[in-house]
Amino acid sequence: MASITTTATLNSPGVPTDYATRLRRARLGLLVAATPILMLFTSFTSAYVVRQGLPTFDSSTNTMVRDWIPVKLPGILFMNTCVLLLSSLGMELARRQSYREALEETEAFAPAPTAKKTAEAPWMAVTLALGLLFLAGQWVAWGQLRARGFYVTTTPSSSFIYLLTGTHAVHLLGGVIALLVAGIASLLHRSAVTRSIVMDVTGWYWHFMAAIWVYILCLLEFAG
Amino acid sequence: MGLVLLLFLVLLSVSSLYFFVAKTWWFQVGASTAAAGLDHQFVNTGIAMGIAFLVAQIGLGIILWKYRDKGGDSRAGYHPGHSWADFWVILGAACLFMALDIGVDLLGGHLWAAERFRPAQANATVVEVNAMQFAWYFRYPGPDGKFGATKPELEDASAGGESAIGLDTRDPASKDDFVSGVMYVPIDREVDVILRAHDVIHSFGVPAMRVKQDAVPGLAIHTHFTPTRLGDFDVVCSQLCGLGHYKMHGIVRVVTQDDFDKWQAAREADRQ
Amino acid sequence: MDTHDSHAHAAPQGFIRRWIFSLDHKVIGMQYTTLGIVAVFVGMFLSLLMRIHLVWPGAVLPFLGEIKPETYLQLVTMHGTIMVFFVLTTAPQAGFGNYALPIQIGAPDMAFPVLNMLSFWTTFLAFVAAVAAFFAIGGAPLHGWTGYAPLSALQSSGPGEGLGADLWAISIALFCIGSLMGALNFITTTLDMRAKGMSLMRMPLTCWAWFLTAILGLLAFGVLLAACIILLMDRNLGTSFFIPLGTINGTVTGHNGGSPLLWQHLFWFFGHPEVYIAILPSMGIVSQVLSVFSRKPVFSYKTIVYSMLTIVVLSFTVWGHHMFVSGMSPYSAYGFSITTMAITVPSALLTFCWIATLWRGKIRFTTPALFGIGFVSLFVSGGVTGPFLAQPALDIPLHDTYFVTGHFHLIMGVASMFGILAGFYYWFPKAVGRMMNETMGKLHFWFTFVGAYAIFIPMHYLGLAGHPRRYSQLTEVGYLHDLIPVQKFITIAAFVTLSGQLIFLGNLIWSLVKGKKAADNPWEATTVEWTTATPPPHDNFGGLTPVVVNGPYEYSVPGATRDYVMQTDPAVAHATGD
Repeated sequence: MASITTTATLNSPGVPTDYATRLRRARLGLLVAATPILMLFTSFTSAYVVRQGLPTFDSSTNTMVRDWIPVKLPGILFMNTCVLLLSSLGMELARRQSYREALEETEAFAPAPTAKKTAEAPWMAVTLALGLLFLAGQWVAWGQLRARGFYVTTTPSSSFIYLLTGTHAVHLLGGVIALLVAGIASLLHRSAVTRSIVMDVTGWYWHFMAAIWVYILCLLEFAG
Repeated sequence: MGLVLLLFLVLLSVSSLYFFVAKTWWFQVGASTAAAGLDHQFVNTGIAMGIAFLVAQIGLGIILWKYRDKGGDSRAGYHPGHSWADFWVILGAACLFMALDIGVDLLGGHLWAAERFRPAQANATVVEVNAMQFAWYFRYPGPDGKFGATKPELEDASAGGESAIGLDTRDPASKDDFVSGVMYVPIDREVDVILRAHDVIHSFGVPAMRVKQDAVPGLAIHTHFTPTRLGDFDVVCSQLCGLGHYKMHGIVRVVTQDDFDKWQAAREADRQ
Repeated sequence: MDTHDSHAHAAPQGFIRRWIFSLDHKVIGMQYTTLGIVAVFVGMFLSLLMRIHLVWPGAVLPFLGEIKPETYLQLVTMHGTIMVFFVLTTAPQAGFGNYALPIQIGAPDMAFPVLNMLSFWTTFLAFVAAVAAFFAIGGAPLHGWTGYAPLSALQSSGPGEGLGADLWAISIALFCIGSLMGALNFITTTLDMRAKGMSLMRMPLTCWAWFLTAILGLLAFGVLLAACIILLMDRNLGTSFFIPLGTINGTVTGHNGGSPLLWQHLFWFFGHPEVYIAILPSMGIVSQVLSVFSRKPVFSYKTIVYSMLTIVVLSFTVWGHHMFVSGMSPYSAYGFSITTMAITVPSALLTFCWIATLWRGKIRFTTPALFGIGFVSLFVSGGVTGPFLAQPALDIPLHDTYFVTGHFHLIMGVASMFGILAGFYYWFPKAVGRMMNETMGKLHFWFTFVGAYAIFIPMHYLGLAGHPRRYSQLTEVGYLHDLIPVQKFITIAAFVTLSGQLIFLGNLIWSLVKGKKAADNPWEATTVEWTTATPPPHDNFGGLTPVVVNGPYEYSVPGATRDYVMQTDPAVAHATGD
């Protein structure tokens, strides 16, 4: 019969009620999750770069020709970028506020609580509003592209613009949903520790999405 | 059970290797200059891998039989500690394997380089191989030595070979191009194949010539070979291209230079 | 994302929460394994229909009637898709890994149980989409599991290339997402939830294999997802990522400028790591069972770990060896050939370590041991034909022939299957609390071992003779007529082998109901899952937390009272072997 050296934990096994452990685990999970998202955009980037330089066989002249037509980006995209970066700022403020409240809840530091509970709520609302504004702005940008005659099938370059911005928008929408989940956690009076974990993951994910957006914009603008 | 496993592994190794050694089923008789080198390299690789296969399977079998649990003390006779001997054994095994495997592979590298790192010779017979669902069309450039333009919108398979590939008759270079359903080539002269696919990916496979190259729509891919035997040789499509992939069969017909010139002259005359 | 573990509460009540939407990694592991078993029987059935059609094209089957030529290619496509994704990628990793990884590292569950549950149901949905392709208008696609464009990108390129191909692409995209969710869990759990004393170098090799496989998946599935997204755009929105100017069925397609090779690069950049995803978990399981049933430590734990790690790194550098004759630059081809030769070295080292583990052991021929031994033999057989294909010059006559089919079925299909079966027979007692019948197990082994060789060795001879792959009929090319007797032999071997799998099904059902009750450690193994009750309680250890002091392979330790020392037993006197 096997023997297990037992050092039973104080709490039920499985739940790391330790805030540090839960936060570390959640952040590790996010770091891991970011990798395939990066691979997705890397694949699109490599397809983009290769397609730009790729000659195809023109049977009417029996020669290889390059047919890349750069597309001028709609101006609103630059404004959308500012909106997204501002939303990242709001998100960071919300995340830090949530972190402070969680620390107070775990009595990790002594000073009397200085912040109201759920003081991050207004910042969350700002982030949510700006995030939705960004997505609306992307939709407008698509409309501007169409007005200039660049649909998803018009040229390879236009296909890539829709592909890259569309995929990013879908992922940002995921962040919006996460933000809503964080809000619901607030409303349902989940502990500050739990709320902070959700906010932390959502916050870093949001920044990641902002960074990817800046990357996409640079790719399309300078390597287009 | 150990003995049964050993017997089976011996039977497996010997019988499967037998059919390789006996060449019961083997490559078609080579009909190009590349065949001898390729076949020789295959045999070299086969010997190296055959040895590895035999040693591994029969070694495994012997170990299974010899070290079966015969009862008594259930402890195995060997428990490794921190042993540098293990490290050297592993290093030795790795080096041996590398020599065997990589050595034989590198020997074959020159075969690839010799064929693929250079374009066809200047005096090669030029044939454009057109692949489409589910037939091969072989276009020759005619006396002007130039292939005329083709356009996808002009393709009409019901109106003969030249129309099937969409030959643009307004291009002066097209006037003397002709399309054949059989790929005639003269013996002992390099053939420069230009592969074009019109719809999906196909692959120009000629087992007897040891030739295989995908035909990719949007590209014009060159490959070359030099036939060394007269006769008809099968062309089999070697990339899944749809429903009729199994019946996309063609023929490379190797004839003497004289016969080729006569045939070519006759076809060119038809186009006047 | 809900990171709040549910294990603070008691085990869930109610059928739905306990068995359908369970958050318990053990239940999820069994759900995945069940999916794998269902998928493998579907896949085997499809292959049987393929074999019948090839050699008896006019045969009329009960209920199904005659198998039409287009059906053959649809069977080929879905057989490959279902086997590679829903069997080989699912059962040994998501199935056994979910079940055993947390227990083996001394954790009460995976890091993110809700995500785990979602990953299973996403994969299940993907399977439903794949099967649904058969019932779509036009049927399942006929473009092969590799789905080369433009064949897969043009809706009118053949029967089944309409809705069926869309369902196929959606199925694969969903599968990617499900796998990525699973990989997230495996990596986080392995890195963050090991029990005290369970250092990385004390982990059982199964845990290493699951961890490394998850890393492979994390990096590869995103690329396949990208490819599927673009494919769906080409198919349905009219973009031209993969489709150049051309015609289909005599009509101009309306696309222009795309590159078919782009699909191949994206697909195989995923596809080669995928074959290692299919085989690594089985390698871990085999390392495990060979050690347990030789009563000996694995020959060199570090070599096995570093070899698997090397394979993971190199697997991202070899994808072009699937594309030697694709139209890719011949210089790139040569580069890929060199990296491919490099990757044979760690594979050979692993084989050497497995054989050396058996050497001077005291081998117990239990059913799991037999399947582990069979894996080694099959891995050798499939492996030695690799160097032929790795040389671009030799690939010329062998590419797209049955030589390739024989090679990958032996080394990926059957070998991995043997690892899966070894794991199944090995962990069944722990999961269910009953032993499987040994006699039926041994019979199953012999049917499968002999049968698999009888099916796939002859395929190499067909390849040498120039028999192309994916030909639905052998009537149009003269030299193929002479090869029909070999095809008939293969078909008959397939019949016999597949019938043998019914022994496994029978054993499974019988053992579930009437199997002998299993002790906590029936195999006398050392890893942590055998220290806990059989079957394990909801939180795996009944409120206790294991503390690990030994390595995972302390068998036949000199001076110990019995021939195995468990990882949580008092420390062995000497330092463990490397």
